[in-house]
Amino acid sequence: MAMKFSKKNFTDRTKDNISDDFMRQAVASAQERLHGRRLDAAEELGSWEEWRSHGEEIRQHVLENLDYYLHQLSENVSQRGGHVFFAMTAEEASEYIRDVIKKKEGKKVVKSKSMVTEEINLNNVLEEAGCEVIETDLGEYILQVDDHDPPSHIVAPALHKNREQIREVFAEKLDYHNTSKPEELALHAREKLRQEFLDADIGITGCNFAIAETGSISLVTNEGNARLVSALPKTQITVMGMERVVPSFEEFEVLVSLLTRSAVGQKLTSYVTALTGPRDEGDVDGPEEFHLVIVDNGRSEILGTEFQSVLQCIRCAACVNVCPVYRHIGGHSYGSIYSGPIGAVLSPLLGGYDDFKELPFASTLCGACTDACPVKIPLHELLHSHRRIMVEEEGRSPISERLAMKAFGIGASSNPLYSMGSKVASTAMKPLTKNDRISKGPGPLKDWTDLREFPAVGNTRFRDWFYDQKGGK
Amino acid sequence: MVGSIQNRDAFLDKIAAQLGREPKKKVEKPIWKHQPQRTVLADASIDDLLEVLRVQCEQIHTDIVETTKELLPVALDEVVKAYGGGPLSLWKDERFGEYGLSDLLETKWPSEQIEVNSWNSSLGEKNIELAERANIGITFSDMTLAESGTVVLFSSADKGRSVSLLPTHYIALIPKSTLVPRITQASDMIREKLNNGEQVPSCINFITGPSNSADIEMNLVIGVHGPIKASYIVIEDC
Repeated sequence: MAMKFSKKNFTDRTKDNISDDFMRQAVASAQERLHGRRLDAAEELGSWEEWRSHGEEIRQHVLENLDYYLHQLSENVSQRGGHVFFAMTAEEASEYIRDVIKKKEGKKVVKSKSMVTEEINLNNVLEEAGCEVIETDLGEYILQVDDHDPPSHIVAPALHKNREQIREVFAEKLDYHNTSKPEELALHAREKLRQEFLDADIGITGCNFAIAETGSISLVTNEGNARLVSALPKTQITVMGMERVVPSFEEFEVLVSLLTRSAVGQKLTSYVTALTGPRDEGDVDGPEEFHLVIVDNGRSEILGTEFQSVLQCIRCAACVNVCPVYRHIGGHSYGSIYSGPIGAVLSPLLGGYDDFKELPFASTLCGACTDACPVKIPLHELLHSHRRIMVEEEGRSPISERLAMKAFGIGASSNPLYSMGSKVASTAMKPLTKNDRISKGPGPLKDWTDLREFPAVGNTRFRDWFYDQKGGK
Repeated sequence: MVGSIQNRDAFLDKIAAQLGREPKKKVEKPIWKHQPQRTVLADASIDDLLEVLRVQCEQIHTDIVETTKELLPVALDEVVKAYGGGPLSLWKDERFGEYGLSDLLETKWPSEQIEVNSWNSSLGEKNIELAERANIGITFSDMTLAESGTVVLFSSADKGRSVSLLPTHYIALIPKSTLVPRITQASDMIREKLNNGEQVPSCINFITGPSNSADIEMNLVIGVHGPIKASYIVIEDC
C-alpha cells in the first residue's frame, strides 16, 4: 500500500465514512479510552509540561543536527557488522530491500508494524517479486487477511472493524470456527502466526527510535511480534524514517516514556527492545545479517521550512485521539496512511497538494492536537500554514470562494456599490428566506445549508440602524 | 563481521543544504534545560520501590511473589507447578547456583519428570526448538524498574532472546537489589558500560508483564505472540 490508498475524492470518502455508524461509534469510544488513559498517565507523572518541553528540546536538537547523528548512527551500525543503506526515494528503499531478499533467496517474509514500509509500498514490491509477506501485528494481520483493507489509525490500524466483522473475515479466509470473542480470535492468530515466524527467512521491522551513540534500533510493542520478527529469521531488515534518531540512551528513554504514555497510557509497553547489529558471536538467536534502511522520501524537503517541526513527530497518535474531525470522519476519509491532524499536516508535505489539498481545510483549528502533542508540534498552526500557502501562493482555493471573495472585494471597496449591495441584499435573498432563516442556499452556500440553516439578511442595515440610534446625529 | 554503508554522502549533504549550512563533523550535546525524569522516585528507599512495583504489577496483569533466598526453591517450585510444570526453558546463568537453585534444577525437577533445558549455545538452533516447546521460560532480571514494573534482560551467548519470548508462561527472578526507580537508571547503567569500554549487548529487552493487544475493539487481550502469563518472584537479598 502506498501512502495514498484511495482513488475517490475527499467528499466521497467522507460521505461513505460518515454514514458508517459502527465505525463512528468505534472511533468515538476508542478516542475516549485512549484519551482518558493518556490523561491519567500524564497526571500520574506530575510534571507533564516539563516532560513535553524536554521531548521538544531533544527532537529540535536532533533535527538541527540530523546529518551529524545519522552519520554517527551509520558508523556505529556498520562497526557492529550491520549494513546501512541511505534511500532518497521510496523506490530506492523498496528495491534495495527486494534485492537483499533476492540475494538471500528469501521466500517468506514476516513483518512487524511499520508505517514507513507502507509509505514506500514495500509489500507490493515484494509480492510482485514472488515473496510471501505476512503482517504479524494483530491489527495489521486482520487488515491483510481482509484483502488489504487500509489502516485507519497509526497505532490501532483495525480500529474501524468490529469483532463480528473480524470473525467473518477469519472464518472465510482462515478456516476459523470459534466465536467473536477477542481472546479466541487473538489465540487463533497466535497459532497461525507462530509457525510463520519459525519458517520465515526474512524479518522486516520498523524502528521507533534509532540510537546514534550505540548504533542501536528500538522496537516498542505490546504483542511481542516485533521480538519474534527480530529473533527468529536469519536476516533482519529494519526500515526507518530518517528523522527517527536520538543521540543516546539518555534521550531514548525519555522519548519512549513520552511515546508509551501518549499512545496507550502505559508507563512502558510490554516490550521495549533495543537491538544492536546482527547477533553477537556465540549468540544462537537473532539475525545473522542485519540491514538498516534509512528513508528520506520527501522528508529533507521539509527541513529548513516553516514545517520542520512536523518531523519532531514520534507517531504516538495522541493528536488523532483528541481530534473532533477524525472522530466524525474516521481514518479512511483522509485517503492517506497518515490520518488525523498529523496526517493532515504530513500527507500534503510527503504526497503533495494535488492529492491531499483538502486535508488542512478539514479542521476546526481548535488546537486540541497541539495541546496533546508530547513533543509540542504546533499542529493547528501548521494546518493554518498549509491553508495560507494554498490560497496565497498556489491559488488553490475553490473557484466559488475565489469569485465570491473577488465580488466582495469589488463591492466593499466602492462606497456606492457597497451601499447599493447592502440595501438590496435583504430583497434579493427573500425568495430563499423562511421565518428569517435560509435553509436551501444557492451555490457555495449550499454546503452549509445542507447541514444547518443560515440566518437571513435583516431588513434593516446596520448602517441605518446605527444612524437611527444616534437620532440622525 | 564487517558492515557497510551505501549512498551516505549525497544523502547527508542534502540534509545540510536544506538546513542552510555545511555538513557537521562535530556536535556537542547541549545540557538539557529540562530533566524531569531525574526527579521520579528520586528519594525512594529500596522498600518504597518494592511497594511501587507491587502496585504496578496489578496494572500489568503480572503475579508477584515475595520470598527469601532460603525459601526461593519452594516459591519457584510452586509457581512452576501452578503453571502446569515442564518443559522448562532457562538461561545458562550462574545466578541459579548462587541463589541455591541447583538442587531444584538438577535433581528435584528431573526426578518428577519435569524437563529442564538450560540454554547451551553449542547445541545451536536446537535451543530455539526447546524454548518453543517449553511451557515456562525462566530468567533472572538484570535490572528491575519499579515505576513501570519492568525487568531488563541483557542477552548473550548463554542468555538467548527466545527464553523470555517463546514459552507459554514466563517467570522472572528478581533479586530485590536490582530494583531502581525507572528506565532512566537503566539507561545510565548502559551508558556507564559504554564509557568503560564495553559494548552494548546485541539485544536488550525491557519486559513489562505478559504480551497483550487491544487491536480488536480496543478490548485488552492478555497473551498474543509472547507469553500468555507472567510472574515475578522477588528475592530478599538486601
